Amino acid sequence: MLKLITPLMQIVDVPMRALQRLLGPRRLAWAFLAPNLILFGLFAFLPVLVNIAYALTGSDQILLRDRPFVGVRNFTDLSQCASYLDANSCKIDVFWRAVHNTAWFIVLQVGFMVGFSLLTALILNRKIVARGFFRAVFFFPVLLSPVVVALIWKWILQDQGALNAVLEHFGYPTVNWLLNPSWAFGWAVFLSCWAHMGFYTLILLAGLQAIPRDVYEAAQMDAASPWRVFHRITLPLLMPTMVVVLVLALIKGVQTFDEVYAFTGGGPGSATTLVIQYIYQTGFAGAPRLFGLASAASIMVALVLVVLTAVQLWITRRNANG
Amino acid sequence: MANFITRTRGRQRLHWTDWASYAYLGFGVLLMFGPVLWLVLSSFKTETELQHYPPRLLPYVQQTVTLPGYDDPLLVFHVTQGPLAGQDVAQVRRIGLVSQMVRPDDPTTIVKVPIADREPVEHVALATSNYQKLFQRFNFLRFLWNSTFITVVATAITLLVNSMAAFALSKYEFRGRGTVMAMVIGTLMIPQTVVLVPLFLITRDFGLINTLWGVIIPGAATPTGVFLLRQYMLTIPDEILDAARMDNASEWKIYWRIILPLSAPAIAVLAILSIMWRWNDFLWPLIALSQTENFTLQLALNSFRGEFTTDWASLLAMTVLTLVPVVAVFAFLQKYIATGIASTGGK
Repeated sequence: MLKLITPLMQIVDVPMRALQRLLGPRRLAWAFLAPNLILFGLFAFLPVLVNIAYALTGSDQILLRDRPFVGVRNFTDLSQCASYLDANSCKIDVFWRAVHNTAWFIVLQVGFMVGFSLLTALILNRKIVARGFFRAVFFFPVLLSPVVVALIWKWILQDQGALNAVLEHFGYPTVNWLLNPSWAFGWAVFLSCWAHMGFYTLILLAGLQAIPRDVYEAAQMDAASPWRVFHRITLPLLMPTMVVVLVLALIKGVQTFDEVYAFTGGGPGSATTLVIQYIYQTGFAGAPRLFGLASAASIMVALVLVVLTAVQLWITRRNANG
Repeated sequence: MANFITRTRGRQRLHWTDWASYAYLGFGVLLMFGPVLWLVLSSFKTETELQHYPPRLLPYVQQTVTLPGYDDPLLVFHVTQGPLAGQDVAQVRRIGLVSQMVRPDDPTTIVKVPIADREPVEHVALATSNYQKLFQRFNFLRFLWNSTFITVVATAITLLVNSMAAFALSKYEFRGRGTVMAMVIGTLMIPQTVVLVPLFLITRDFGLINTLWGVIIPGAATPTGVFLLRQYMLTIPDEILDAARMDNASEWKIYWRIILPLSAPAIAVLAILSIMWRWNDFLWPLIALSQTENFTLQLALNSFRGEFTTDWASLLAMTVLTLVPVVAVFAFLQKYIATGIASTGGK
């Protein structure tokens, strides 16, 4: 490997040396930055502008010059609702059903996941035999691909699957889990928690271990009850980490697509269709390809994410500055 | 052993909270490992065994016997009732509710046995037929190659491009550095999920849709990588660089002879992260690749998922093969992965 890299690097050295003589060592920094910035420009910043351009134009044409300008009509179409709480009253009901699903998904998923991550981190922070092993056990699903996670649980939950067999063995009625809208949604939340909680557990555990020991020793001197120690010491000192975890989980929650799509395909009906899946279906999977609507919807999602990310950056910066 | 377990709280006995903790962790092991183990066990079951309901924990294979006069191996059954009761016989063929059996020591005399009066003779064995089918009937190696190519090439580009940018941002004072840092932070706010349409159109304009390069290039420069490497490179003392400059080393040589080797730990973390991202990536490949021969493993897995029927036998085997590399990487690099993810996620 290294034998291959060394001559390559030596070849690159020739033009870089010439460039250095031309620019001087200080301005050479731009040469080092260039590849990265070109990629950022083409595939991160330019897309934002193109996104706006497509959101403001209509029809199913792919080339921008063939698309008629429609102003904010894509946005007004998307947000035209008699009542925002009732998806059926909206002009584009699939979008609002997806928004409602995503809202519920985030509330349940973030709530349960951060709750269980905290519990797991607290338990792993105790004096536990084989802590490394247990930590790895909770962490390893993080590495599995979303599709694999979805298939693992689909195999268990299918009609003739392991869960129904166990239920039947103990005399309970079996359920067709993935054909029942509420159950399918519940399981989607569950498998998303299952797959990602190890990541948040790890961050929370690091936060717990950063709490100085002597604070606890002082509490022990004062014979404080365990609940009081948790309530008055652990929780307040863990708060900064907790907030980071919550915001991160929210950012990831808004963007959930892979595992739920591979798990249920958005069904039954549209019971588990989330916002990103709506964008995917509107812009890519269906015919006609409504790029304008998909762009408008993704700009709406982007605004939510920008607010959340700004909050995250502000918090981490505040934490870092003490 | 008991002494080893009760060591937890010094010389004290186990408190009830310790028992509760271990119970919780034990349940966690079951919930986290159980499903994966079940998947692996199921993938080694024959198609008949997969149809078996209720499912059995271990994979069973029905015993077969090759008899003179018959080309294919015959399934062996144990007869429970009738004149042959208690004997193991081979089934020649089955017609409706009656199967035609022969005794292994007398393969020419056919005896008719109602199918209710026989049960299969089985033993626990790993059936590899699902895996063989994967290679024979599906283009598994093609998917594996696509996934591997994307993962390796994309990771190499990410490491190179990000480390160059991080070097410039950590070791040079130049006008516009603040602006560039702000740009990097800005890209954090633009995940692929919110620019799918323009990303598709731009990639299409480059003629990269339906090519592996179309999956590799758009995500090659990562803001996370720039941050991670820059933070690490800031800790490398400038004196080393100055000394090298004294010796007339070019800036590029400083970058790859000094900075890169010294940032090896951070680069290792980014490499692991990038491999994970790329191997597991789904949404962008789903949009960028529409021809089956370009599919990655993840896309192939997803395409097996039928609306109503699913070819579970092949799907299970393929799922296992897809997660094997991940588990292998995890087993060897657990510590790196954990710290890497904690440091970037908690950033």
